[in-house]
Amino acid sequence: MNGWLLAIAQTLFMAALAPLLAGWIKWLKCRLQSRSGPPLWQPYRDLMRLFGKQVLLAESASPIFRLAPYVVFSVTALAGSVIPMLAVGLPTSALADAIVLVGFFALGRFFLALAGMDVGTAFGGMGSSREMTIASLAEPAMLLGVFTLAMTVRSTNLSTMVSFLLVSEFQIYPSFVFAAMGLVLVAVAETGRIPVDNPATHLELTMIHEAMILEYTGRHLALMEWAAMLKLLIYMVLLTNLFCPWGLAQDLRLAPLALGLVSVMAKLLVLGIALALAETGLAKMRLFRVPQYLGLAFILCLLGMLSHVVLEMN
Amino acid sequence: MVALQLALVMIVAALASGFVPALVCPRRPVWIKALAFPLLGLAGLAGIASGALALLGGQSGDLQLPFGLPWLHSLVHLDALAGFFLLVVGLVTLVAAVYAPAYVREYAAGPQPLLPLTLFTGPFIAGMALVLLAADAFTFLVGWETMTLAGYFLVAYQHQHTANRDAAYVYLLMSQVCGVFILLACGVLAAFGGGFDFAGMRAAQLSPAWASLTFVLVFFGFGIKAGLVPLHVWLPQAHPAAPSYISALMSGVMLKVAVYGFIRFSYDLLGTISWQWGALTLFFGCLSALLGVLYALMQHDLKRLLAYHSVENIGIIFIGLGLSLVFAGTGHPALASLGLIAALYHCLNHALFKSLLFFGAGVVLQQTQAHDLEKMGGLIRRMPVTATCFLVGCISISALPPFNGFVSEWLTFQTALQGPVLRNNILGALIPVAAAVLALTGALAAACFVKVYGVIFLGLPRSTQAAKAVETSTGPQLGQIFLALLCLLFGIFPTATVAQLAKIAGQFFPDAMPQLTAQGWLWLTPISPEIASYSAPLVLFGLALAWLLVWLWLHPRRRRQPVSLVSPWDCGFGPLNARMQYTASAFAMPIRRIFAPVWPMHGGYQPPSAADPGGRYQLHIGDWAWSKFYQPLGRLISAMARRLAIIQGGNIRAYLAYSFFTLIVLLLVVSL
Amino acid sequence: MAGLHLPLIEQLVLCLAALVLFTSFLLLAQGRIVSLIHTFAWQGGLLCAATCLMAINSGRYHLLISALLTLALKVFFIPWQLRRLVLRLDIRREVETIGNPSLIMLAGGALVLFSYYVVLPIRELSLLAARNTIAVSLAVILIGMLMIISRRKAVAQVIGFMSMENGLFFAAVVATYGMPMVVELGVAFDVLVAAILFGIFFFQLRAGIGSLDVDHLNRLHEKDQ
Repeated sequence: MNGWLLAIAQTLFMAALAPLLAGWIKWLKCRLQSRSGPPLWQPYRDLMRLFGKQVLLAESASPIFRLAPYVVFSVTALAGSVIPMLAVGLPTSALADAIVLVGFFALGRFFLALAGMDVGTAFGGMGSSREMTIASLAEPAMLLGVFTLAMTVRSTNLSTMVSFLLVSEFQIYPSFVFAAMGLVLVAVAETGRIPVDNPATHLELTMIHEAMILEYTGRHLALMEWAAMLKLLIYMVLLTNLFCPWGLAQDLRLAPLALGLVSVMAKLLVLGIALALAETGLAKMRLFRVPQYLGLAFILCLLGMLSHVVLEMN
Repeated sequence: MVALQLALVMIVAALASGFVPALVCPRRPVWIKALAFPLLGLAGLAGIASGALALLGGQSGDLQLPFGLPWLHSLVHLDALAGFFLLVVGLVTLVAAVYAPAYVREYAAGPQPLLPLTLFTGPFIAGMALVLLAADAFTFLVGWETMTLAGYFLVAYQHQHTANRDAAYVYLLMSQVCGVFILLACGVLAAFGGGFDFAGMRAAQLSPAWASLTFVLVFFGFGIKAGLVPLHVWLPQAHPAAPSYISALMSGVMLKVAVYGFIRFSYDLLGTISWQWGALTLFFGCLSALLGVLYALMQHDLKRLLAYHSVENIGIIFIGLGLSLVFAGTGHPALASLGLIAALYHCLNHALFKSLLFFGAGVVLQQTQAHDLEKMGGLIRRMPVTATCFLVGCISISALPPFNGFVSEWLTFQTALQGPVLRNNILGALIPVAAAVLALTGALAAACFVKVYGVIFLGLPRSTQAAKAVETSTGPQLGQIFLALLCLLFGIFPTATVAQLAKIAGQFFPDAMPQLTAQGWLWLTPISPEIASYSAPLVLFGLALAWLLVWLWLHPRRRRQPVSLVSPWDCGFGPLNARMQYTASAFAMPIRRIFAPVWPMHGGYQPPSAADPGGRYQLHIGDWAWSKFYQPLGRLISAMARRLAIIQGGNIRAYLAYSFFTLIVLLLVVSL
Repeated sequence: MAGLHLPLIEQLVLCLAALVLFTSFLLLAQGRIVSLIHTFAWQGGLLCAATCLMAINSGRYHLLISALLTLALKVFFIPWQLRRLVLRLDIRREVETIGNPSLIMLAGGALVLFSYYVVLPIRELSLLAARNTIAVSLAVILIGMLMIISRRKAVAQVIGFMSMENGLFFAAVVATYGMPMVVELGVAFDVLVAAILFGIFFFQLRAGIGSLDVDHLNRLHEKDQ
């Protein structure tokens, strides 16, 4: 029972931490652009404000439009409960493995795209079309990266994958290096950050994620934005814990959990700095250069798999 | 033996549903409907009962029917594999019988009589059931040809349109080619086995070369009927031509009967499996899956789009079968049975969700009187029940949790992930690439169904007919709701289903069985819990819990401030109309640009002229299979035929000379 | 089998082999000439590092001389000469559009698998712990050849040729602890002379047909059209 309670507590903690991470990245980007930037807890204030506002629905909206924010947020929260953030070996890790995790995000994206098409405006359709195109190119790269890891670890269970590097003696796996590079590129595409999508734009020719949620107001918009922040947190935690898991708790006592908490916060701090630097230094790509970008991610993951077959097997 | 008798009841009831109305009341549509469809429903129920008894109850048996050739009575045999497919056929037939009466009302008022439709549906189903039960080659082929010929008449039902006649012709031609391949395969097996019955063929000892040749014949024969690329060209033409519930039957069950034939011949009758067969199957499965979905994305005729998706899903089934054959050929029977279970589960899932989608498409097409996606829109408000059931079908076919399509794709991925156990590392490296292709297919399918659902049901109506559509009557609604519930059930309770499917795999791989349900009914663990596990009921519970918590937290605010309706954001340019929203072609444009070499495209923009003052944009997307494969083949055959036509000179003395010389040659042969 | 358990140096050699393969793929995909030259220099640097590690690991210090030679020639001298050439030919800003990059990259991947398949029997014979890298070196050679075939600009083809030689060198280092010094020096000087000759050839080619696009050489044929 202890494990299940900890899993629920971890999910609530992740939901609470996600706006702080978004605020940290935003503050860093502002400082890099020589602006003073909003305080770190500004996203919390934005969410609170949105939850209190009245909801205005378009006349042509259907029940799917009202349903989608709940589905998207629930699915993202469930995905958050599955990944090992503070400790490995939680019972929720057996609920869903890496492929099911990809399926969760696909379900959220399906409803998000439907909500975009719902009102009958051109913005929504454009966002849905671009989002589904980018997702369809990112999925093979992501699954190939997951498979490369699974070939070494011999499992797709997230706890087993994360604890592999913890329990075995230190080895540099070329396949892991390539899979890490490929998965970082895919994560940027999936979470909609520069250079694939600009999360702060509302110009019609440059929006992807923002176009799909353009018609949302009030608490629905708050849920959608919160789900996007949570998705970014989940991807960052997953990447750091898959490739640098040292510090994670291997049992559920208090001291290792505290150490796990401190280590994951430190890793997120560093990763946030890296993301802010990348977003400030790179420019957003044209939509039709994204296939080449995702093709590079696919080739990296393919190289990882080939490295595993050629170099690491006996 | 109850199960076998029920199966024979199914055949008799299906034949009765065809012939009884024709004999009794051929000219009164009301009576035809009252007689034919209940009998069809009875056939469906009998099929379900028989299949359930055979699969769950473990009953099996043989029977010798008093029909057939003088020296070979027809044998029928029911085992778990046949029972499973009978269950699938029975389910879809039952739902079709519930759906059809309201649907065929429009045909009763149309230019062609109703009778041919019901007259040929009966033998169609009966032929399928006979194929599933057959235990000798003669019965198998009789059932196969009955199914094919009845299908021809059903596809050509609305023969006033040229397109339908062409589609029926192509269907018939390819079915005959497929029949020839199967006949040859049966011939080889019978020659080695010393008889036409399956028991003899099973015991036959073929050399590896002959076995591979037979496998290639079986593969191409059943591949044509199943719709593998590049042998699929009849599918996208035949499905739009037939009435919608016939398309559902063809897509949902006729293709599965072809898969059954493939499994029966390669796993059961051919004996030892070589891994090269699996590599061939895997390659064509990947090709069909990818090309099927890419072609589907570009269609804007709803039924053609669904037909291409059938090609894609058959590709996925053959990926599972290919993996299974590879593992069987390299000595990993547990993984081979896992692959077979994944493929069979996908057969069941595809029958359910594809039929659901075709039934929904039939309702939509009837109400909007249009085949084109670009003429629909906003139907969710006019037809809520159909829209909800169609949404369930779209989510299932996009392989999203917690519905059933996801489970079979997950099992296929898990089978592919075990590729590294092969000692042949090249094959072990190519199998994850096949899995990446499967992932691309799944993501593209999700994109396509967002397009389909968004363009048909969401947004604003794009034509006056769409704005006036009404919900359909009870029969079709009930049918769709039933299938949607089944999609959900088979997604939430995969362990129970897999436990039954494992019995079928146990027929062919009795020594090593994977421990799929070893952890109890809650957890699906294909190989072992440490490697991978999935708990569909808990996923649904977790989703519901998260939703409930969020809703409870937000509910007080809902009561305080009601939601108000406003007009959508239009940049200040004035009210939005239906022409401003995304069309289906526009939605698929980025994919069209990225994957451009896949389709032969022509058309373009023509500037404004006298005929079209606003300019004209035309886009025509074809199928490479025609220009690269069939037309050269057609030209070759025509050229050969022209050469051969020389012997038909017209000169009567030449014909007499042919007879004269043939006589001399025969006398020579006899005297030697 | 939960992965090979090798000492740290051999793990690093495997990592460097994977990175050399990665640079080969980058060479296939690059359109800009200056980036090509830099990537080629990086490939040489990685080779040099791998040679040093093999030298330290096995105790055969003559490999260090090979490493030094590689550093001098392939990381500094030849890229410097190519860069000077590019500046004098005034083609620094040209970007070559590669026909169908995704297909070419997939062909590169297929070549890696093919090299692995071909090299399997040799792998069994070698006693070195880093014998897996023989497949990588053959793949680098074949990818270099693919680059020569798929490119139109002459400078890119020269770099493809040099990366083939890189692959040969790598094969020698990891399979047999280096070539005899005579062979080594001979090959190195051959490559140097080839680089100089190519430089002269480029000027003549440009003067003769007005561009460095080798497809324009198609005009040199017998038939009258």
